[in-house]
Amino acid sequence: MNSAKVTGTPLVALTNAEKHFGAVRALDGVSLSIFPGECIGLVGHNGAGKSTLVNLVNGGLMPSAGTVSFPATGAPRALEAGVRSVFQELSLCPNLTVAENLRISHADLTGFGWRTRARAEIRKSLDTVFPDHGIDPNITVDRLTIAERQMVEIAIGFAPRGTQARLVILDEPTSSLDAAIAEQLLAHIRRFCAQGGAVLFISHMMGEIFDVASTIVVMKDGKIVASRPTPDFTRASLVEAMGHVAGPETEKAATSRPAFGADILNSKTGLTASKGEVVGLAGLAGHGQAEALAQLYFEHTSSWRAGKGSDMVFVAGDRGRDGILPLWSILRNTTVSILPQIARRGIVDRAAETRIAAEWKARIGIRTADVTNNILSLSGGNQQKVLFARALASKAPVVVMDDPMRGVDVGTKQDVYAMIRSEAAKGRTFLWYSTETDEVCQCDRVFVFRDEAISAELTGADITEDRILEASFEMQGVDA
Amino acid sequence: MTRLFARHRILLPILSLAVLLAATFYMQPRAMSYFGVNLLFNLAVPIALATVAQMMIIMVNDIDLSLGAFVSLVACVTATFLHDTPVLGVLILAGLIAAYAGLGVLIHRFELPAIVVTLGMSFVWGGIALSILPSPGGTAPPWIRSLMTVKPSLVPMAVVAAVLIAAVTHFLIIRTGIGTVLRGVGGNAASVARAGWPVLRLKALAYALAGLFGVLAGMALVGLTTSADANIALRYTLLSIAGVILGGGEFIGGKVSPVGAVIGALTLALAASFLSFLRLSPDWQIGAQGAILILVLTARLIFTRRDGQEG
Repeated sequence: MNSAKVTGTPLVALTNAEKHFGAVRALDGVSLSIFPGECIGLVGHNGAGKSTLVNLVNGGLMPSAGTVSFPATGAPRALEAGVRSVFQELSLCPNLTVAENLRISHADLTGFGWRTRARAEIRKSLDTVFPDHGIDPNITVDRLTIAERQMVEIAIGFAPRGTQARLVILDEPTSSLDAAIAEQLLAHIRRFCAQGGAVLFISHMMGEIFDVASTIVVMKDGKIVASRPTPDFTRASLVEAMGHVAGPETEKAATSRPAFGADILNSKTGLTASKGEVVGLAGLAGHGQAEALAQLYFEHTSSWRAGKGSDMVFVAGDRGRDGILPLWSILRNTTVSILPQIARRGIVDRAAETRIAAEWKARIGIRTADVTNNILSLSGGNQQKVLFARALASKAPVVVMDDPMRGVDVGTKQDVYAMIRSEAAKGRTFLWYSTETDEVCQCDRVFVFRDEAISAELTGADITEDRILEASFEMQGVDA
Repeated sequence: MTRLFARHRILLPILSLAVLLAATFYMQPRAMSYFGVNLLFNLAVPIALATVAQMMIIMVNDIDLSLGAFVSLVACVTATFLHDTPVLGVLILAGLIAAYAGLGVLIHRFELPAIVVTLGMSFVWGGIALSILPSPGGTAPPWIRSLMTVKPSLVPMAVVAAVLIAAVTHFLIIRTGIGTVLRGVGGNAASVARAGWPVLRLKALAYALAGLFGVLAGMALVGLTTSADANIALRYTLLSIAGVILGGGEFIGGKVSPVGAVIGALTLALAASFLSFLRLSPDWQIGAQGAILILVLTARLIFTRRDGQEG
């Protein structure tokens, strides 16, 4: 709708900016200039490099190669250049009041009576962005609802804070706001841009992007693959730009979906699975997939009865947090799930333990000379294999996997895919949350999540990247 | 009413102190005098200062297990060096505050658990204190002695001191900008860092403030006891933690209340006297103090839970 009136010097200019994390190229040569008056809608799937780009612009990260400059102000750092970020994860101090939170990001607010000035400034900003907000600047943030916290954060982003907000980065700002409040925000973005401000807007709601952005920038695999004025995009062309055009999944479409029996699983969230099926959970990261899996898992297991084997096991993706036992050996880490089964009168059968560990070391290919070595002596991929072995060694018919391939090398992935397939053929059921679309495309059935709920159920030939992308992004309000 | 107590967390500490004070006066009406109140509370002054010191550490999501040993060391330094060679004494005390700031830097820079570092430091402080004063002794500098035994008209010294400590720390931590940012570090250090604040320096500042109040606590203690001992304040470690929590603070999240901390310290000091008035054997007193603490914390938990459900 807004036609871009690009004039003057850019507020921020990236030239061939790259960012590497180890061997991973999170950002692979990106050039982008943001001019006053522009609202850039940034879209892309998981891992496309959106957050890395945002962090380069706001100074959270330094580029590995290329430059980031602020020509309009000539300021050396993002903060002085008037670049503000409103992050997706809530980043207020919950123990402070609304006005005190403004003080955190407005260091010049000093001297006698700073509280009064802070209250006035945040109230004015809230009034401007969200008329009738009803938020008291003196209330501590932990007494606010999630939506109200998000509103406060946005208001702090747009507040003058001594200088003037020139470029405001909004990362999924409407995800916790209801429609009316979101509309107020969009209206404010339009006003802000009309007055010469710039906005970098990231959202999974395509309707909002088409509504407010003057330019849409599409990212994929750390690169900008398309950057055009909004009117040049249609819903179809945007989805096409985000995914890769026809890929290996065309072969997949040919193979027909094998027949599965009745559902053996039915969760409150709507997840279903039958025996021997590999069920994928897809969608943008953080839209309730992990929670759905955790809920399912806790529904089917008990904190009191371990018994002789429960009917579900869990493979953690965040190895450090809820996967490995860092002080234990590879052997112990593998067999911890089956100790009750191999114990005799409560005493662990060491011989059986060793046998099982050796068996799984061979079957899943854990690369180590000795399974009694500490688990941390393994690479990340091999640690993950241990977690798979731990789960598969049990007799549980259902395996729940929470993004297990995070930070795992390609070779390991292929090994594990083969293992999953062969176990599924033997009648095991897998529930697999993955942030990588090509993994999800290997599943027999896929549930796409959006906003903490299932937005689509795909089977057989319908499981394509395009269909998953379409269901991941809110398409309402977009004219095809 | 639950909402009132949940929103104004300071009400519960005030109520606890008032109830305990009323019970004490009921048991021992003669305590209800200028002299009696001073006697009840004068030992609370160093505890209140130590509690404020502990609060500075808890404010940034750490905990200090060395505070009791540190206050003992300060007491030893005060009763010896500060009395005999004041300039050297002041230098040593300043060095101790700097050491505390250094501890903060160490803990933050290398992401060490404060609980381990401070536990280790408690032995260091204890060792130094023992080498300064192998046996109880020393003399309080006269000016501290006279400061701690001053008799203002109308209100006893202990009450004036408590109000003063509460007012100054409330201003410092709640009202000033830097105090707000310090509490922000406890609430969400990542967002404070993102806003461009040097979190390392802020942590050093919080620890230095803790050192400062620890030094004041040691000096006040010597002013009351006239001499020192390397183990004089060991129980302050747990008393100060209990005081912070009793006063409405939380272990994590930067939720602290300076006024509450002072009230918490007064409550703990009073609880000891109250239990003596009950003729409870000293063997049981520690346990009874613990019971009082659990009672108050349970009450607070109920209020916040109920509020959460309603809210």
